[in-house]
Amino acid sequence: MKAAAVTVKRPLSERIVRQVRKNWMLYLFVAPSLIYLIIFNYVPLYGIQLAFKDFSAAQGIWGSKWTGFTHFQRFFESYQFWTLMENTIVLSLYSLCMNFPIPIILALLLNYSISRKFKKFTQTVTYAPYFISVVVLVGMIQVFFAPDGPINQFLKLFGMQEPVLFMGSPEYFRHIFVWSGVWRQAGWGSIIYIATLAGVNPELHEAAIVDGANKLQRILKIDLPSILPTAVIMLIMNVGNIMGLGFEKAYLLQNDINIGVSEIISTYVYKVGIQSAQYSYSTAIGLFNNVINFVLLVTVNRVAKRLSGSSLW
Amino acid sequence: MSAHRIKRTRFDLVFDIVVTTLLILGCLCVLYPLYFVVIASVSDPTAVTSGEALLYPVGLNFKSYNMIFQDRRIWSGYGNTIFYTFFGTLFGLIITIPSGYALSRRDFAGRGLILKLMVFTMYFQGGLIPTYLVVQGLNLINTRYVLIIIGSFTVFNLIISRTFFESTIPVELQEAADIDGCSTPRFFFSIVLPLSKAIVAVIALYYAVGHWNSFFNALIYVSDEKLYPLQLILRDILISSQTLAADGMSDPETIREMETIAFSIKYGIIIVASVPVLILYPFLQKYFVKGVMIGSIKG
Repeated sequence: MKAAAVTVKRPLSERIVRQVRKNWMLYLFVAPSLIYLIIFNYVPLYGIQLAFKDFSAAQGIWGSKWTGFTHFQRFFESYQFWTLMENTIVLSLYSLCMNFPIPIILALLLNYSISRKFKKFTQTVTYAPYFISVVVLVGMIQVFFAPDGPINQFLKLFGMQEPVLFMGSPEYFRHIFVWSGVWRQAGWGSIIYIATLAGVNPELHEAAIVDGANKLQRILKIDLPSILPTAVIMLIMNVGNIMGLGFEKAYLLQNDINIGVSEIISTYVYKVGIQSAQYSYSTAIGLFNNVINFVLLVTVNRVAKRLSGSSLW
Repeated sequence: MSAHRIKRTRFDLVFDIVVTTLLILGCLCVLYPLYFVVIASVSDPTAVTSGEALLYPVGLNFKSYNMIFQDRRIWSGYGNTIFYTFFGTLFGLIITIPSGYALSRRDFAGRGLILKLMVFTMYFQGGLIPTYLVVQGLNLINTRYVLIIIGSFTVFNLIISRTFFESTIPVELQEAADIDGCSTPRFFFSIVLPLSKAIVAVIALYYAVGHWNSFFNALIYVSDEKLYPLQLILRDILISSQTLAADGMSDPETIREMETIAFSIKYGIIIVASVPVLILYPFLQKYFVKGVMIGSIKG
């Protein structure tokens, strides 16, 4: 018995050892990226303990005093807490509601465009804004929506007397934020669906045409079901990132007037942490945000797996 | 039968008209703002602010460009960004491509575990301050290195390159090389890389555009204006100047005049900052789309 077990085991471990010895070079290949991630992603995890400590530069991360959950408590009880949560979630959900379906619609439209050339042209045009930096995008928004910018000029042509102060009124912030995002990313987001649609078996469409289905029916019965798995994956990634709403655009669009709706968790973490150097408090807020995000992603992934069989992992 | 057919084509005709109209509208929505920036940058500023130059340039002149090119900050920002983009992309490629290849090898013991460790970092990070403290601990704050290193490597790009190698380099090729006594580095450099120019281009462009457009890292890690990349300078001129002008308490006439000039400079700066990307756009489009295709094969 014993001898048999040994003979079975030996070749396996031997095989691994042999493989490692033969391919040791591959570990060198992978080393740079592993070292990079250890330094810039794993070592910072060690710093998370600051969320439960009072950081003092003199004593370092390890030497600082433990304070338990006081930073979290302070955050939950602060008057900004609910505003930040509301701003982040509303802005995220609003973005999601537009940025999820619009690329799908665009891809379907492109798939049924009347000529190949026109399709190609539209793709080239709609992908372009993706390459514009956020800074330039916000700069464009600022000049376009200024009191004497082109948007107000157009409104004037249509009989509007007074210029609308788009940047100077909080109620426009969310719309500007979301729709400029659609403008920038819709084309880019459609690529993945265009690729999936191109892979649909043409015989399905031929059969549907023979059966007398019109184009709308073909979209509903053939195209939509075939992009569903891709759409589910995209939705998971988007929902999982609801609390991870990007810092850059919100921060750049912020001004004293819209701060009530434009302050989101990531901009607040930056201000508390970098601008007013409250390291521990900022780490705690960041951690709270990360944990929610992570739990959300895992949950959505599990639900999607059960419902449709598509998942991230 | 024939009535049925006519009905069907009529519906589809309406469908085609709707689709085409929507696509044309979409194109206009994207193109017009870009077009307007161009005409506004070469028009007389007062014509722009009074709404005369909505469709074509009025009072054609290049004064704003003249003023932009006289601004020292623009040049230094440009130089810095080219520097960061070049070395950052190079650094990123050196880290990403060999690792992607190694992780694509089925006979690489432990690759599943390593990959899991890497993917985990995509979903859970230490956060702003812990990362900042690491950078600070390495004495990288306010140096050129930080903008070359941070943001130069993403696990997403690693996975794309891994997927590419997995699907394009046949196992038999590597086994044959093994039998002939070809070492791993030699196989990688003289066989794998020449077969993988496409993925190197895709990843290089991903990194390059990322560096060119990046602004967050510079905002956090760099405070010396000499090290500012273009995007940070742009932020100062495009976005922050707005508040500067509004804060001034001089008479409304001067403010208006200053704003008018500042306006046309802004349009010009948008163009100047985006020219390299626009020139490269045909390549960018081709290779970026390729990257999405490869990435979509597996998650």
